[in-house]
Amino acid sequence: MALSVSEPAVTARGPGVPPRPGRRRRVQLPRSPKVLIGFGLLIAFLILALVGPVLAPYDPSADLSLSGLPHAPTAAHWLGTTQTQQDVLSQLLAGGRSTIVVAFLAGVVATVISVVVGVAAGYFGGLADDLLSMLANIFLVLPALPLLIVIFGFLPGSSDDLLIGAIIALTGWAWGARVLRAQTLSLRSRDYVQSARLIGESPTRIIGWEIVPNLLPVIASSFLFTVLYGVGTYTAIAYLGLVNIDPHWSWGGMLFWAQSVNAQVGGYWWWYIPPGLAVAMLGSSLALINFGIDEFINPRLRQAGLSRRQARRAGLPGRFALGLTPVARPPAGTGQGDAR
Amino acid sequence: MTSDGALPAGAAPAATLIEVRGLRVDYGIGPAAVHAVIDASLALVGGAVLGLAGESGSGKSTLAYAMTRLLRAPGVITGGQVLLHSSTPASPPGGGGHSSAPGRTASPPAGTIDLLAADEAQLRQLRWSRIAVVMQSAMNALNPVITVGAQLTDVLRAHRQQLDRGGRRQRAGQLLEMVGISAGHLGRYPHQLSGGMRQRVMIAMALALEPAVVIMDEPTTALDVVTQREIMQEVAGLQRDLGFAVLFITHDLSLLAELADSIAVMYAGRLLEQADAADLYRAPRHPYTLGLLQSFPPLHGPRKPLTGIPGSPPDLHDPPPGCPFHPRCGFAMDICRAEMPAVLPLGTAGSRSAACWLQDGAHEVPAELAVPEPAPEPAAGPPPAGPAHAAPAGPAAAPPSPQLAAATPDPARTRP
Amino acid sequence: MRMLARRLPFYVITFVIAITIDFFIPRLMPGNALDAVLAKAGSQMGSPQALHALERLYGINNPASLPSQYTQFWARLLHGDLGISTSSYPTPVTAVIGTALPWTVALVGMATVISFVLGTLIGVLVAWRRGSWLDNLLPVTTFFQAAPYFFLAFLAIEVFSVKLGWFPYGLGQNQLDYQTGLAPSHVADVLDHALLPALTIVVASAAGWIVGMRNQMLTTMDEDYVLIAQAKGLSKRRVVWYAARNAILPSISGFSLAIGFVISGALLTEIVFAYPGLGFTLYTAVINHDAPLMQGIFLIITLAVLAANLLADFAYLVLDPRTRQEA
Repeated sequence: MALSVSEPAVTARGPGVPPRPGRRRRVQLPRSPKVLIGFGLLIAFLILALVGPVLAPYDPSADLSLSGLPHAPTAAHWLGTTQTQQDVLSQLLAGGRSTIVVAFLAGVVATVISVVVGVAAGYFGGLADDLLSMLANIFLVLPALPLLIVIFGFLPGSSDDLLIGAIIALTGWAWGARVLRAQTLSLRSRDYVQSARLIGESPTRIIGWEIVPNLLPVIASSFLFTVLYGVGTYTAIAYLGLVNIDPHWSWGGMLFWAQSVNAQVGGYWWWYIPPGLAVAMLGSSLALINFGIDEFINPRLRQAGLSRRQARRAGLPGRFALGLTPVARPPAGTGQGDAR
Repeated sequence: MTSDGALPAGAAPAATLIEVRGLRVDYGIGPAAVHAVIDASLALVGGAVLGLAGESGSGKSTLAYAMTRLLRAPGVITGGQVLLHSSTPASPPGGGGHSSAPGRTASPPAGTIDLLAADEAQLRQLRWSRIAVVMQSAMNALNPVITVGAQLTDVLRAHRQQLDRGGRRQRAGQLLEMVGISAGHLGRYPHQLSGGMRQRVMIAMALALEPAVVIMDEPTTALDVVTQREIMQEVAGLQRDLGFAVLFITHDLSLLAELADSIAVMYAGRLLEQADAADLYRAPRHPYTLGLLQSFPPLHGPRKPLTGIPGSPPDLHDPPPGCPFHPRCGFAMDICRAEMPAVLPLGTAGSRSAACWLQDGAHEVPAELAVPEPAPEPAAGPPPAGPAHAAPAGPAAAPPSPQLAAATPDPARTRP
Repeated sequence: MRMLARRLPFYVITFVIAITIDFFIPRLMPGNALDAVLAKAGSQMGSPQALHALERLYGINNPASLPSQYTQFWARLLHGDLGISTSSYPTPVTAVIGTALPWTVALVGMATVISFVLGTLIGVLVAWRRGSWLDNLLPVTTFFQAAPYFFLAFLAIEVFSVKLGWFPYGLGQNQLDYQTGLAPSHVADVLDHALLPALTIVVASAAGWIVGMRNQMLTTMDEDYVLIAQAKGLSKRRVVWYAARNAILPSISGFSLAIGFVISGALLTEIVFAYPGLGFTLYTAVINHDAPLMQGIFLIITLAVLAANLLADFAYLVLDPRTRQEA
């Protein structure tokens, strides 16, 4: 996956690598194992959202009446059963779709809001900027979860993924808007934007052609961040039982049911570990990809070209202390006058 | 004092402070590594100003930071030696009375140390007390959240344990006043000072422990022209009074012609020519030096057309074979495209050198590169060429900066 | 000081907006949803008058105009009246919150401070010793950042209480312990119950501080002044301090983003431990559709988050001379 940018957002300063003439403009996302694992996991989860409910061996809501206690995993129920003898694996497979759909909807809606607000504030400046920035800052400090609890408290049992996603997005757009505003401000002062303004290009065209394309890495990072936020927040809301959690299965909802009979005290680990782990893995996959984008936006986070393995092979210490440049002289080279 | 006699000829061994021998620096490890400095050898003489000139990306800063082991990752030193010769004779020839000011007690034991073999503790002790650094941008080099006073006293606290709190404070005040800033600014933060004042603070900081060597990495490029001039006068004056040696890094060869005793020209990681400042300026021996000189308007004498150098510096990831300058060189021959020439000693007693096939004696030297060296003329501004390099400059052997000294009175003394 | 004077009105406005949102949410909801909530509330309270009062509170069958309802809402708030909890009728919401708040302040407050300090220190260390084994902490922190706090709480109880038996299963104190106050056995009992939830919150939230501080520290270590500090031959501790002193500034200004998450996560952790604080009260309120209690807790948490932000602003002011100069 390559993101195209015209100018690197931050350039390393100080005595660094000499500038390379003809530097390539298309910059690859770091192909670190982190990013690859992140992408792999995310794709797996997206497939799960697509086919999970179909693959579920049982009806996740069906009472299979084996006995009055949750059953540990068996051949018939790979992940055991719940208190009411529902199949945990089926719930897990069915619950992925809603979790992923709500999180991505929240991400899309929040990203759209943050791009509109952030770019408008940064580009137009003045009073519009003051008001929009203030709005973003207010939403940034308002504690999101308690606010969502009040909203969903008056809207109990909703099973409309779009509505849930949109409400979550309402509390999750502000961070992205603030970052995008700052980036837009710095882009606006660049020469090519200034000249486009002088020529009399319309703001829509300048924003659409000059600014937004250059914001793509930041927008991508902001999108992943809000999806991550959506996963966590939706899980929390479902865990509190604020949305429909029985026919409308989600991983947070599974945890609600597990909580309702104190599964953690009863030792019913097969009941709460699968959904919790799934949420953590989905979140990790997003965070891992975000690591890659972060390192792309801020090159200082990259271990510039030195891997520990290479260093060890060259007989250098694995880590590079600041102000202690490693020396790897060939053993014979310590003699005198080896240069002149 | 030095066990190995193989010093670059011309430098009096007793006065040589730092010797760089065959230094090689890479960025990165393995086959993809970029060779940023290749077989660089330099000698810095006590009290003298050595200019290191080159275009950006030529490796001049890399060389300077690698010498002091301050180069950041992914920089790796892959060869050579950096010998720091300790404790010059108590009073250097030429009478450097000022340089042996009180407080030399913390200086490291006598003897020669290879900085590339030194461990962290040794380096920590040598740093700043022997070699100080002034960076390009004082705004970035001063810690924004700590007062100027604290940044001056911390170094005294680390190296001068005998000074108490009051003593450190007093010394910090003296240092500021030495560069023309009132001691009342000790409590200020860097953002409260002007750009010129910040760079003065950096210079004062660099001189806090009376180091033998100060490395200045383009110390004035971030300043406006007037301030640049003032700072350069300040540096020249302090250097004359205190007698420290300077490794001055710049892309501005004409500035070096005024300030430096000798000049080394760097290109694509290699030192292509080294000579006394006047010789190099008037009578270059390497085509690259010639090209550089033709890129700047001359300070003295008749105006010459500025021709510059065609093309751009090579990509160090993929350097050209042979001499790295050959694609841009008007005199390039077949051998230049195939093989890198050795550093050839030239002139009297090897006081200068050039890495160019034209100078190997087997080729005809173009007229531009065979201008006779200016004869030592006491009346003409620049000092005698050969001796200035050899003799450590005390106040008696002032740097060749008649212009600087004459233009305006020393600001350090005029500023309230 | 002027910076604080500028920030204070912002927090006041934010709080006013929070209260206004609080007022409008029930009025913006579809009628049938509100009816369902109120029906549940009515069945809990068992008093037609109380239900009627509650309906009027939410603008149903209320003859007063919307603006005058809004002023009445403010008047009640300013008198410290957050309404009556429907699930523990007729206890006022303030009383319910008052019982729970000390538990939460002690547990969540302490754990949050500890995790910030610890996470920041570890972040500095990880950045400084980049390339050492400490780098392996990062994938672990990614997992901890992505995992919901309450899931970690499930695991903590399973492992440390159920399997190892080191800690009680939950609650704030032993139910059979009738001692109160500062009796040593009681204090020990309360601490015993607080330790595992506190550890869970610290472990879950420290990850975020570690990663944030590490990234800031790496960015700062690239600054010239850190290299100069090293060139000056200062002690390693001093060099690290110089870098960390700058790196912590963005961490503090990013506090507003993080603190809401951390507090929310900590409140959810309380639920798993059945800890008698605000989080568990919130859970009870949600389960019982106790709207006034939810709203009261929302306002209290908002107030706490705003106060934490003001504190962070003050810390920033003290730590960064450049903002002081503006004053």
